Amino acid sequence: MDFSALRNLISRYCTGEENWVDSRTVYIGHREPPPGTEAYIPQRFPDNRIVSSKYTFWNFVPKNLFEQFRRVANFYFLIIFLVQLIIDTPTSPVTSGLPLFFVITVTAIKQGYEDWLRHKADNAVNQCPVHIIQHGKVVRKQSRKLRVGDVVLVKEDETFPSDLILLSTSRDDGTCFVTTASLDGESSHKTYYAVQDTKSFNTEKEVDMLRATIECEQPQPDLYKFVGRINIYQDRDEPIARPLGSENLLLRGATLKNTEFVYAVAIYTGMESKMALNYQSKSQKRSAVEKSMNAFLVVYLCILISKALINTTLKYVWQSNPNRDEPWYNGKTDHERQRHVMIRAFTDFLAFMVLFNYIIPVSMYVTVEMQKFLGSYFITWDDEMFDEELGEGALVNTSDLNEELGQVEYVFTDKTGTLTENNMEFIECCVDGHVYVPHAICNGQILSGSSGIDMIDSSPGPDGKEREELFFRALCLCHTVQVKEEETVDGIKRGIHQGKATSFYISSSPDEVALVEGMKRLGFTYLRLKDNHMEILNREDEVERFELLEVLNFDSVRRRMSVIVRSSSGHLYLFCKGADSSIFPRVISGKVDRVRARVEHNAVEGLRTLCVAYKALSQEEYHNMCQLLDSAKLALQDRDRKLAEAYDLIERDLVLLGATAVEDRLQEKAADTIESLHKAGMKVWVLTGDKMETAAATCYASKLFRRSTQILELTTKRTEEQSLHDVLFELGRTVLRQHDSLTHDTFSGLSSEFQDYGLIIDGATLSAVMKPAQDDSSGNYREIFLEICRNCSAVLCCRMAPLQKAQIVKLIKASKEHPITLAVGDGANDVSMILEAHVGIGIMGKEGRQAARNSDYAIPKFKHLKKMLLVHGHYYYIRIAELVQYFFYKNVCFIFPQFLYQFFCGFSQQPLYDTAYLTLYNISFTSLPILLYSLIEQHISMDILKRDPSLYRDIAKNCLLRWRIFIYWTFLGLFDSMVFFFGAYFLFDNTTFTSNGQIFGNWTFGTLVFTVLVFTVTLKLALDTHYWTWINHFVVWGSLLFYVVFSLLWGGVIWPFLNYQRMYYVFVQMLSSGPAWLGIGLLVIISLLPDVLKKVLCRALWPTSTERIQNAQKLYQSHRSEFTPLPLLNSSRLDFEAHNVNPRRSGHRSKELMYTHWRGSIGYCTFSSTLGPPGIGRMHRLVGLETSV
Amino acid sequence: MKNQQAANRPDNTAFTQQRLPAWQPMLSAHVVIPGFLLIGMAFIGIGVALYITSQNIQVLEADYTGTGQYTNCSECANMQTTPCICNVTFSLTTLFTAPVFLYYGLSNYYQNYRKYGVSRDDVQLWGDPTRSPADACAPYQYIDSKPIAPCGSIANSMFNDTFSLYQIINGTKKEVPLDGKGIAWWTDYNIKFRNPTQGSLQDAFNGTMKPVNWSKPAYELDLGDPNNNGFLNQDFLVWMRTAALPDFRKLYRRITGGDYALGLPPGDYVLQIEYNYAVKDFGRKKVVLSNVTWMGGKNEFLGIAYLVVGSLCIVMSVVMLVVYAKYKFADENA
Repeated sequence: MDFSALRNLISRYCTGEENWVDSRTVYIGHREPPPGTEAYIPQRFPDNRIVSSKYTFWNFVPKNLFEQFRRVANFYFLIIFLVQLIIDTPTSPVTSGLPLFFVITVTAIKQGYEDWLRHKADNAVNQCPVHIIQHGKVVRKQSRKLRVGDVVLVKEDETFPSDLILLSTSRDDGTCFVTTASLDGESSHKTYYAVQDTKSFNTEKEVDMLRATIECEQPQPDLYKFVGRINIYQDRDEPIARPLGSENLLLRGATLKNTEFVYAVAIYTGMESKMALNYQSKSQKRSAVEKSMNAFLVVYLCILISKALINTTLKYVWQSNPNRDEPWYNGKTDHERQRHVMIRAFTDFLAFMVLFNYIIPVSMYVTVEMQKFLGSYFITWDDEMFDEELGEGALVNTSDLNEELGQVEYVFTDKTGTLTENNMEFIECCVDGHVYVPHAICNGQILSGSSGIDMIDSSPGPDGKEREELFFRALCLCHTVQVKEEETVDGIKRGIHQGKATSFYISSSPDEVALVEGMKRLGFTYLRLKDNHMEILNREDEVERFELLEVLNFDSVRRRMSVIVRSSSGHLYLFCKGADSSIFPRVISGKVDRVRARVEHNAVEGLRTLCVAYKALSQEEYHNMCQLLDSAKLALQDRDRKLAEAYDLIERDLVLLGATAVEDRLQEKAADTIESLHKAGMKVWVLTGDKMETAAATCYASKLFRRSTQILELTTKRTEEQSLHDVLFELGRTVLRQHDSLTHDTFSGLSSEFQDYGLIIDGATLSAVMKPAQDDSSGNYREIFLEICRNCSAVLCCRMAPLQKAQIVKLIKASKEHPITLAVGDGANDVSMILEAHVGIGIMGKEGRQAARNSDYAIPKFKHLKKMLLVHGHYYYIRIAELVQYFFYKNVCFIFPQFLYQFFCGFSQQPLYDTAYLTLYNISFTSLPILLYSLIEQHISMDILKRDPSLYRDIAKNCLLRWRIFIYWTFLGLFDSMVFFFGAYFLFDNTTFTSNGQIFGNWTFGTLVFTVLVFTVTLKLALDTHYWTWINHFVVWGSLLFYVVFSLLWGGVIWPFLNYQRMYYVFVQMLSSGPAWLGIGLLVIISLLPDVLKKVLCRALWPTSTERIQNAQKLYQSHRSEFTPLPLLNSSRLDFEAHNVNPRRSGHRSKELMYTHWRGSIGYCTFSSTLGPPGIGRMHRLVGLETSV
Repeated sequence: MKNQQAANRPDNTAFTQQRLPAWQPMLSAHVVIPGFLLIGMAFIGIGVALYITSQNIQVLEADYTGTGQYTNCSECANMQTTPCICNVTFSLTTLFTAPVFLYYGLSNYYQNYRKYGVSRDDVQLWGDPTRSPADACAPYQYIDSKPIAPCGSIANSMFNDTFSLYQIINGTKKEVPLDGKGIAWWTDYNIKFRNPTQGSLQDAFNGTMKPVNWSKPAYELDLGDPNNNGFLNQDFLVWMRTAALPDFRKLYRRITGGDYALGLPPGDYVLQIEYNYAVKDFGRKKVVLSNVTWMGGKNEFLGIAYLVVGSLCIVMSVVMLVVYAKYKFADENA
């Protein structure tokens, strides 16, 4: 037992790191450390094989089948199939086995193919060569053979084969550049650092000499978190321990750039690498439509079971008469007679279940999935959502939620990068209250803000001059910007100086780039970081060098960052920049009030402000700080907390220098989009980390708040004056008073008579509101808050932490109406909210791809949300709603006649239709028209949907899948099936309907019913179709034709593989009789009439706004062909056409002339009213009204 | 870069942009009201035609079950004498125009019973009487392990009452010739059913048993016409086409030839029935004389339905007109 080991142990326990199970020890190069230091326990780690495939060759069939039959629907069909196999049932097992087999096979093939691709990709990855250092030599090995502890050599542009700790690089300073584009989409080069003590190793030999162990945490999926420690043993001394952080960890999947080679040691391999851990799929989101569908399914299942029960019961009641149970002409076998009555009843029940099981068709699931999958292509194909700049269109990550886009009630949006461009532009800075505005881009000349703002004297005096330059230097030094050199030709310096594109700044934060560029325009150019020295070109074209001692990185909790530098004259400075709220409390001197006034002024203007402060350090202070930081950095456990504490101690007693203002411009058409979303009845919430004033200004600019909006504030400022309780109740009263005076017409939000409320709340107050109830009164806060929110059309939440964003979404999701929420954001801080909301939309923004990767849909710009929701969402919703309702309808029509037939065949489970018809009804006769409908139906044209967002309200709250409508469809199905059955019944009633006197049998009866059924059901869909393209014609008429051709063929041949020929010539014989034709026509029309009648009457008496628009469109079109000369109409028509030709053009003209429609007192104005002179006046009046809103 | 962008850019076709040219019909008043009116008128026209045609069809029905009300056949109903012959008499005052068809009808008879309906062997009926019959034929599959030909419940329960029709002219009976050809579907007789082709019919059925309820084997069904035997007996074919509903009729004979080519002239007739088929336990049987037109036998349903639907359509179009005039037009002119 060595003394050092003991001390090691003690120190470990003293620093509170007893939680040792959660860490691993890696022996670099598999060399055990000098004897006695610690027992060499070889730990077992997985190899470096990446397995993303789900199946192997052997387990594919059983595993895939198991997976598939875990779905309730598939399992149900399997049970039905098995029942058909086991007991004597009316329909052959083929009828349900074939579709099931088809579905299962197709799914299996699809999944197998995908898995094969994954296997191929895995193999490619696992077999690619890596260079491993063994015994001082470089050995090539397959990637999968890499083990934890191996030292690998990675060359430029190679991808890291596993998670590695960087030991040394080809660069002298021990840094390397890495792009993590394939991990998080950020293509910027990130700098990673080698361990200080090993960075000098340059050859394999040297590396091979290294004896060290790495202790680090067990793998966790967070890409940006890593803590570890390396113990280096030199000359049998005590090991030197160095901290390891994420800056030392090279992640698998990242690529080495601008660095010749690196040596690194593998610590997490294979499935334990952070990339692999991040493969884990997100939790499944399910749409509201799917939930309704499942509810309907349960109803149908109940109907199915009750049908079977009713029939079984009636059968035994009916059979109590022995002449009915076993008439002489229908003898039973002895075996049947002997069977126990209970068993007979049970098998009868099962047989009825089998007979009616088609009411829940396999094909519905298939069709719904195909609809979603294929339908989502329209989003990716959409040219209007293609962004030229990015070169990308919208992305669909999950197609399960297409229709949810049409159901959104709450939109939660991030501000920076989502509403705004995140394209920062330096506007001004303020040093001690003097404002500097860079006007000219070059010359390094300051042009003081002469444009009407604070005039400043250009010579603030020698003291002021010094402060001013310190401020500029502070901004040049306090950042993490990198200089990217395109070409290292002769004059980098000049390149930057003259603003040429030979080199440019890269940073993860666009603010910093803007600031550094702004400084450049003010005369101080940051050149580069070389050998830990930052070089600045000052106004006199002299290079100043500062040694960079420490960087206290930015984090969203502190909301500031600092650097400690040593100037060439040996002075030590700490520069700190951050949000005003995080700087001002730490400032002890400086012109706080003047700066604060300026900051607030800028914030109101919607600018992003940062404050800059500094502190001159003595050598001693610096020493203390170093110690503090080092001890914190070395900690294995709780390192983040300790670092935060250290930062807190260091960033104190600052001197305020000034403030900066950076503008983040609103995204193109952000205001228009927000306005549309509002009109569409959505509540838009802005969740941002920015400060209130900035955020509020953005909200006004983006028309989230209007001038007429009454702003309710729920901020720390107010709660300081009053208690939270009082504020909440007061706001609640204000809002509710208004609410009570309203009529219950909640949809008339467009009218200006009602007060519009906007709420502003900040993070601190929100957490106070959300705090779990401690006493009874605070338990109500949440409720009151929700009540207030419900009555506000817009809510702004500022100062939000990322997790709070998700909390808000969750709060709204869980409120009692269970509204559908949508979160849109672009940054990593929005991911939690994107994952939480019903629909998560990522903006492919500047802050990397994380949001886009975690979202359900990704769009290039915020403005695309409008089309996404108002057009695509609307379409998908009406399409799938019709799809679901129609599917249930057509299966009621299909199966209910069979149920009725049981009453006329002695409850003997006699199927009405032939096996082929039973099997193919859902698969081929009626499947394609509805699938096509659900892909391309457009009840209103796209342009109108975009121009009139209030149409979105027509489908709010899942209104096309309400129980009322579902029951209507079901009853329509029942009515239709009664018509089919009894129509055929009366036709067949005791007569012949051929001219040769011959009689038809039961199969003709069934075929007649089936023919009427197929035609009715298809024509019903045709009546519902508003958008007849040639494909619709082809498919609708084609599938009817297919039915006829199939029936002719099926009945036209003696099929040798069938042991019965019951359909032989049945169809042709039926068609040879006139009354059959007349009967089919009659029954089809009777079945369709009520629906047509209902539609027409509803359209006339209680039209929805959708139908009004349709009428208007129709009228407009018909008038368009009749009249031309009216100038108003003329111009509007031109506009209409222009819109069609070039959809990107928004045109204010068209907005004024669009179909406005007004509910309630104002009434409705269609285009017809614009034809006469009074109509024109009215139109103008309406337009005037609208603009005044 | 340019190329990559072009590759990423979605195809800008009418289909991908959901802008395919389309016809956008709507159920507006302008379409529906005239539509309803047109349909209504057309339906009323068809309805009238159908109804009149149906009214012109003559039907003569006689229940001869023999139970309940006393009829000539009541004695036979008890099945005491075999063969039992009873008569149904009727007189015609006008010509029963040709073509006249003679049907028998059974009620409460479930030919559509599932077990009954499948109790046949279509392969056997396709000319292979000696094959071992399908299991579905049980319990009429084998007798003494010899296959039954034709097997199954349907064949076994074949209707075996026979009818002959006489016109009474001056007290003497003159037989009305009944034509048994062409009462079954042409395809059934020619394709779906077949007799074994090798040797005589009797040899072909050698080794098979006749169905339990049959008095004669299949090859002796029609002693008068050798082509009407075996599986190709027309009555058998008619019976094998199972009825859809429990009350059904089947075609028995046509009256086509001789003196009756124009129909049955007025006069007294007697229908002589050989009563074999027992139905009194569960239902009734009847005999029907009917002529047909292009629309088949007498069926008032179709005509009435057309008339009702047609008038409904017209009523509806009027209602809609009123509704539109009151609401829609008022709204538009405001």
